[in-house]
Amino acid sequence: MKILEGLYYSKNHEWVKVEGDKAYVGITDFAQHSLGDIVYAELPEIGTVLSAGDTLGTVESVKAASDVYCPISGKVVEVNQSVADDPSLLNSDPYENWMICVEMNDKGELDQLMSPEEYRDFCN
Amino acid sequence: MIDFAGFEMPVQYESILKEHEAVRKNAGLFDVSHMGEIIVEGRDSEKFINYMVTNDITKISANQAMYSPMCYPNGTTVDDLLVYKFSCEKYMLVVNASNIDKDYKWLWKNKNGFDVEIKDESGEISELALQGPKSQEILEKITNYDLDSLKYYHFDYMDLDGINCLISRSGYTGEDGFEIFLKNEYVAKMWEKILSVGEVLGIKPAGLGARDTLRFEAGLPLYGNELSDDITPLEAGLSSFVKLDKSFIGKEALLNQKEGGLKRKIVGFEIADTAIPRHGYDVYAEGEKIGYVTTGYLAPTLKKNIGMALIKSQFTTIGNEINIIIRNKPYKAFVTSKNFYKKNYKK
Repeated sequence: MKILEGLYYSKNHEWVKVEGDKAYVGITDFAQHSLGDIVYAELPEIGTVLSAGDTLGTVESVKAASDVYCPISGKVVEVNQSVADDPSLLNSDPYENWMICVEMNDKGELDQLMSPEEYRDFCN
Repeated sequence: MIDFAGFEMPVQYESILKEHEAVRKNAGLFDVSHMGEIIVEGRDSEKFINYMVTNDITKISANQAMYSPMCYPNGTTVDDLLVYKFSCEKYMLVVNASNIDKDYKWLWKNKNGFDVEIKDESGEISELALQGPKSQEILEKITNYDLDSLKYYHFDYMDLDGINCLISRSGYTGEDGFEIFLKNEYVAKMWEKILSVGEVLGIKPAGLGARDTLRFEAGLPLYGNELSDDITPLEAGLSSFVKLDKSFIGKEALLNQKEGGLKRKIVGFEIADTAIPRHGYDVYAEGEKIGYVTTGYLAPTLKKNIGMALIKSQFTTIGNEINIIIRNKPYKAFVTSKNFYKKNYKK
């Protein structure tokens, strides 16, 4: 299972990459592996305001639909259209293929998320 | 691995999509040892089974199998099963794993007055399903039996790699294939053998996930989805397996249902948008709830968002617009035939 350094991780198996006030959000390698073949991804519209813990969208594998939660609060400023067009990108590289980019309200919320080491322990 | 009727079963080995594709193009091997095998023996076997199931098993000869629902007196479904005929005095019923105990008890409960012995041999018998267009070519590598002579829904004993197996030309994927029954002690070796000789022909081990997407695309019902103790075979569209000109448990109810007109039926549908329907989602039309989705997928071979749904009869005309409620939003869909994928059986 791949866990990248320099990212924040949530208990719902999302990752967050911070660039200034922006946060890119995607699902982890653990998540994509548990889901299996991902065939559909529903992403929010640009401008949607999300609170930490809100559903940001849905990913669906062949067998089931799973909600994806936004680990931090803020406004959606970008969505990754290539993931919506080809959801299998989430299987092939879940870290390269972020789902949304959020303009963060409160960077302090990042303290609530896990470090790579903590996430590794959490998954084991 | 998931728990399925007390068995540890893999949903997938590698990928549901790859396993599904392997069965459509080459071959897939399923371990379906969880299925139940109930043996009915005795002078009245034929009469007894024919009274228990809706199809007419007097129409089949020895070494032939027949699909049939089995009903309660109210016409709803105890199970759907395969009746294997050895002779008029010996049959094997292949039943769904989660229904083994229920079926066994139901058969016992109704055996009064019939000279039959009923034995549950599920614990001793394993089953593999080899499915896909290259199944025969693979099996020919480990048997001298003339497989061309084995017709669809017929079975025989044959030697497979030195092991005596009962092999039926049948399956539940919409493709040509074989179901192989053998003693538990030989199944692991047979599994390895078939996978190794089939490797050059593209065989893959396949799990429960692909089994469900394959049977669904072929429009085949699954107990617990399209059939249940709340759904009759007529509502499921299985009237060709219900012979109302003979006597059986549930006949009166089904006759009444047919004469009174079905209030609801299972249909196929296709979503106009990209959303995926799932089992249990509500179906609406003209602002009212008209039923629910029994199975739904993004169909792997057809690449369409399709499903089957049990809905009120007045909405079942092909082409009718219905709405599937997905995450609290209605998605436009159209009623279609349930035969989404053209079956490739070798008849």
